[in-house]
Amino acid sequence: MLSLAIEAAFAMMTLALLLNLWRVVRGPDLPDRILALDTMYINSIALIVLYGVQQKSEFYFEAALLIAVMGFVGTVAVVKYLLRGDIVE
Amino acid sequence: MIEILVSFFLLVGAAFALIGSWGLVHLPDFYLRLHGPTKATTLGVGGMIIGSVIYFSSHGETLSLHELLVTLFLFITAPVSAHMLAKAALHLQLRSEERTRNRNDV
Repeated sequence: MLSLAIEAAFAMMTLALLLNLWRVVRGPDLPDRILALDTMYINSIALIVLYGVQQKSEFYFEAALLIAVMGFVGTVAVVKYLLRGDIVE
Repeated sequence: MIEILVSFFLLVGAAFALIGSWGLVHLPDFYLRLHGPTKATTLGVGGMIIGSVIYFSSHGETLSLHELLVTLFLFITAPVSAHMLAKAALHLQLRSEERTRNRNDV
């Protein structure tokens, strides 16, 4: 029951990541690509949490937390560059 | 019983993430596309985290709450990054949908 649900959730998350990748490649403007990357790292956090449940291991949450922090800093840095033409003024 | 609850939350989380990404692909302009993933992915990650909290709390001896840190951090940062992306889009004057109300010739 649970393993079947985990497999189904893995399939759905993979499809979601592929849709995000399509928007990264296609996206007409730069903010579209940044938004798609932002969504991609959030979806990868969900994927890592799912993998931790499947492996019955609690060690993957630190990785999820690190990806959350780094992804937020990256998004803010790129958007700041778009807004001001400079990251640290 | 616990298995059904965990499966339900995991599937709800995955479904929300999938719907958000589908909105990201399907909606016509950037301001509409911003709407889809910023809500749905936080709900999706929230569902996954609730599922894993229930799972690890029922399998370990103690209550397992440190997963909630990820959710807390995402709930703080997701509106900030969405706001900054909207500001960048307005600054770059991206094309908006024809039927948008109150638009000033963006």
